[in-house]
Amino acid sequence: MQDLASATSLALQLVLSGDADLVEIVGLSLRVSLSATALACAIGLPLGALVAISRFPGRGAVLIVMNALMGLPPVVVGLLVYLHLSRSGPLGFLGLLYTPTAMIIAQTILITPIVAALSRQVLEDLHAEYAEQFRSLCLSRWQSVQALLWDARYSLLTVGLAGFGRAVAEVGAVIIVGGNIDHLTRVMTTAIALETSKGDLALALALGIVLLVIALGVNALVQGLRMTAARQAYV
Amino acid sequence: MSDAVSLPRSAAALPETDAPLLPLRVRGLTLGFGDETVIDGLDLDLGPSGCTMVMGPNGSGKSLLLKLLHGLIRPSGGHIDWGGQAGDVTRRQALVFQAPVLLRRSVAANLDFVLRARGKDRRRRVDLLEHVGLSHKAAQPARLLSGGEAQRLALARALATDPEVLFLDEPTASLDPASVLAIEHIVSEARARGVRIVFVTHDVGQARRMADDVVFLHRGRVAEHAPAGDFFPVPQCQAARDYLDGRIVV
Repeated sequence: MQDLASATSLALQLVLSGDADLVEIVGLSLRVSLSATALACAIGLPLGALVAISRFPGRGAVLIVMNALMGLPPVVVGLLVYLHLSRSGPLGFLGLLYTPTAMIIAQTILITPIVAALSRQVLEDLHAEYAEQFRSLCLSRWQSVQALLWDARYSLLTVGLAGFGRAVAEVGAVIIVGGNIDHLTRVMTTAIALETSKGDLALALALGIVLLVIALGVNALVQGLRMTAARQAYV
Repeated sequence: MSDAVSLPRSAAALPETDAPLLPLRVRGLTLGFGDETVIDGLDLDLGPSGCTMVMGPNGSGKSLLLKLLHGLIRPSGGHIDWGGQAGDVTRRQALVFQAPVLLRRSVAANLDFVLRARGKDRRRRVDLLEHVGLSHKAAQPARLLSGGEAQRLALARALATDPEVLFLDEPTASLDPASVLAIEHIVSEARARGVRIVFVTHDVGQARRMADDVVFLHRGRVAEHAPAGDFFPVPQCQAARDYLDGRIVV
């Protein structure tokens, strides 16, 4: 087994040289996780907004379920998606198992509750401020949702970021439904797990470095946007 | 601010229904929270035009009365009759709150939002901003406006809905004299265009300048309702006399 120093040195060489395998794995990871984040936002944000502005019997139970689903175990999500997409499953005819699409589906299911629950809290706080004005203006429910989503856009970026972070860092769901197939469904986390088990710490570390840089970069970008927005009193 | 504006005549030119909202007839209006009754069997009649100033000590129910009349709060009891209209009348009214709630976007976008939401011509935004003297601030974030500017934007937003009745809940509280006069000017112009004004204030000088009639509330009831020319020289109820004399009214 390589020692930590030589593994780190090799990892940096791989990163700096733009190793083709590394680039492919990183590219697929970003494609899958960004797609899942976009889908989760498309579903979770309006859902969170609707729950935020609605009062109905059983709302408390809905909130408990939404919050509980934030802690969905990735392997359970992976197993459920696997059962649905496997050849004998109800969606087996689609032939999606062991494809990036299956990984996107699994990650979307995993992070939609996170986006919905966190956005619900953000939008409920904002709605408390706007509600009376909205009623005075006779806005429809959909107009209120649209206005809340737009006015909370910078806070919701952080919600999206939390979803992306969860998606890009998870391994349990994508390894079950993707299968970690080289050049097809291998993403950063599954590759790190595989290379570590094989003893190839250089590639595992290189991928870990890239994962950290992505996390830092996205956080810095969102923080910059929020600071700009705060200066303009848009937060 | 512009005196010559191309704003539509609110009540007369753009009615959303032919039947007028006024006169208003309120009978036995009651509102309570738990054991506390804050509006206590209130009766009120408002005619079809003019500016009614609503006065009274803190806790007398002025702001709650406005919200009840505007349909933001359901009364515990009593009856509000807007010209015999059966349906929802809130859409034909507007309310400017004491602390304006502005959207987290530019001044122009705040108006665009309301114009679009209410199906109005968005090109009117230019005239509305000109009318309230905020044309030069159109691109500025609304929440960076001063108190007076923010209240003028809230007024422009209210006028963008072409209300037949405009409720104002202490819109000039904590503003400097220039801002107060600017807002009074805008409200007076709306009144001249036929908008029915119902204006809550603690400022006796402002009430004298603006009022056609005065409703004085005390302990959740109308203690006195009289034309301004009668009310200010000789208020009939003791609470109003004490209030105008600057004595503490509880």
